[in-house]
Amino acid sequence: MNVTTLLDMAVEGFGDRIVVGTREAGLTAARLRELAAAGARVVADTGADSVVYLAVNGPAFPVALFAAAHAGVPLVPVNYRLGAEQLARLVGNHPKALVVADEGQSGAIERAGLSSRTPARFLADLAEVADGGGAAQAPEPPAAPESAAVVIYTSGTTSAPKGVLLKHLNLAAYVLGTVEFAGAEAEEAALMSVPPYHIAAVSNTLTNLYAGRRVIVLENFDPRTWVETVRDQEITNAMVVPTMLARIMDEPGLDRSVPSLRSLAYGGAAMPRRIIEQALVEWPAVGFVNAYGLTETSSTVSVLGPEEHRAAIASSDEVLRARLSSAGRPVPGIEIEIRGEDGEALPAGESGRIWIRGEQVSTEYAGTGSSVGAEGWFDTRDHGRMDAEGFLFIEGRVDDTIIRGAENIAPAEIEDVLLRHPDVADAVVVGVPDEEWGQRIEAVVVPRPGVTLDEAALVDLRVQVRRSLRGSKTPDRIVCWPELPRTATGKILRRDVRGRLNPAE
Amino acid sequence: MKPRVGTTLSSTTDDTTVVVVRWGAADLDLTCGGAPMVVGRPAPEDRREPAAAAGEGTRLGKRYTDDGAGVELLCTKAGTGDLVLDGVVLRTKDAKPLPASD
Repeated sequence: MNVTTLLDMAVEGFGDRIVVGTREAGLTAARLRELAAAGARVVADTGADSVVYLAVNGPAFPVALFAAAHAGVPLVPVNYRLGAEQLARLVGNHPKALVVADEGQSGAIERAGLSSRTPARFLADLAEVADGGGAAQAPEPPAAPESAAVVIYTSGTTSAPKGVLLKHLNLAAYVLGTVEFAGAEAEEAALMSVPPYHIAAVSNTLTNLYAGRRVIVLENFDPRTWVETVRDQEITNAMVVPTMLARIMDEPGLDRSVPSLRSLAYGGAAMPRRIIEQALVEWPAVGFVNAYGLTETSSTVSVLGPEEHRAAIASSDEVLRARLSSAGRPVPGIEIEIRGEDGEALPAGESGRIWIRGEQVSTEYAGTGSSVGAEGWFDTRDHGRMDAEGFLFIEGRVDDTIIRGAENIAPAEIEDVLLRHPDVADAVVVGVPDEEWGQRIEAVVVPRPGVTLDEAALVDLRVQVRRSLRGSKTPDRIVCWPELPRTATGKILRRDVRGRLNPAE
Repeated sequence: MKPRVGTTLSSTTDDTTVVVVRWGAADLDLTCGGAPMVVGRPAPEDRREPAAAAGEGTRLGKRYTDDGAGVELLCTKAGTGDLVLDGVVLRTKDAKPLPASD
């Protein structure tokens, strides 16, 4: 089925409910469909073969998503923070696109031989077509479940960005498998803080619409605006990446009361245990949801729910408490296997590589072919393990593995120990070239606001790691920086860390 | 019929439409309101009076399954007729709701 079927159902079930934007000026489901149909007409008239979205998040994003789906062409959200060269290369992959771009981006678009309109212009143009009766002349959405609904470029923190093709059937399977239609109460509202080129922005648009939940977006995250928006708009559901929650929890003097908030989902990177523990104590009425997923899996494949969070924080049993660092259990329709080096499935508790199968898993990269192996299994290139009760623990990217001597060391395990220290706000562990060991382990820590980590404190920190882990896993050096280089969506740029620690690399 | 996953099927006796979520390998008869469902949208000449007594009807957004054949249908438009697969009334599937994760 086409994702426009999800919009049709929303119109049928609650067409006059506002689903995008503020209560005062938002779009109803019915209006969203009118604008999408008008957008399909514009796409057809211009002969575009895709819709490129190169702008901050806003109401134009869901309109562009459904307009592209209605027209039977993919939506391609592009990272507006990319450098000129990378931007030109990605946009150059879509020479026949209709482009929606913020004003500052028009130079890059023109160099690619394309013209663009701003999100405001795009919405105004579509409203004009819709109100002039043009939407009625839009072609029917094609019934092509195998065609691409969205192309998302991976963040490229460990390799060159790849265009992940998410077909209508992938996204529809995700929504149908995880969301109850019209399951949201009429007053529910979700706050979205991730940028539109992140898979969570796409999945969030679809799942909230299908649930009947109004979505508000925060164009640029900062802790104060976030809590104020939650209070002003009476937000009930929100999604953040871990660095955002860390900033909310660490911001000095911030009024963190969020009386309307019922559910807070987080994902996209590892959550420091200290932060989630603090948030659970600070917001006891909020249900926390840890979601693990990748662009290639149409977002969430496993979930640690509110009850599991509460059970973990209330427990003195370290096995239960450790579940706060777990990504939970697979969602319906998803199979997860942990496999060893030889490709054989490993028993519970053993660490290996995480493989995923299910209808929501993309099977194709743009231009490079299949992304799945035999029988539809997808190699996440993430390390992980599953405990006896099926709880999944993520241990970082395979590509980040440090090889010290002959030993493979996952940085996540050492980072966990560092982050447990009360004075450490952020931490990263990388391998740097070493003549004796091949690679040696170096760590960078960021102190909490108001704390200074001097040489003695760093030595003390190293002793603490040594006590928790074997000597071969203890960083040979720990240094202190004011912040770590991260992408806007919270992923650590390890390449940059290695480069700064070892300028010769 | 043996429709592909993702196919839209329409009732000829009321407004019911469903999307095929799962079907399996079997060739089965699917009716709504007592008359066979058709692929896509019904032509005006397909329209007919319900041939079966009114039941509970179909509900928007609900999933309908049988116990044996591995068929699952998603109701995308509600109607007054019941969905019947090879003589057996399909029931709604109770899904355990997941917390919103994005």
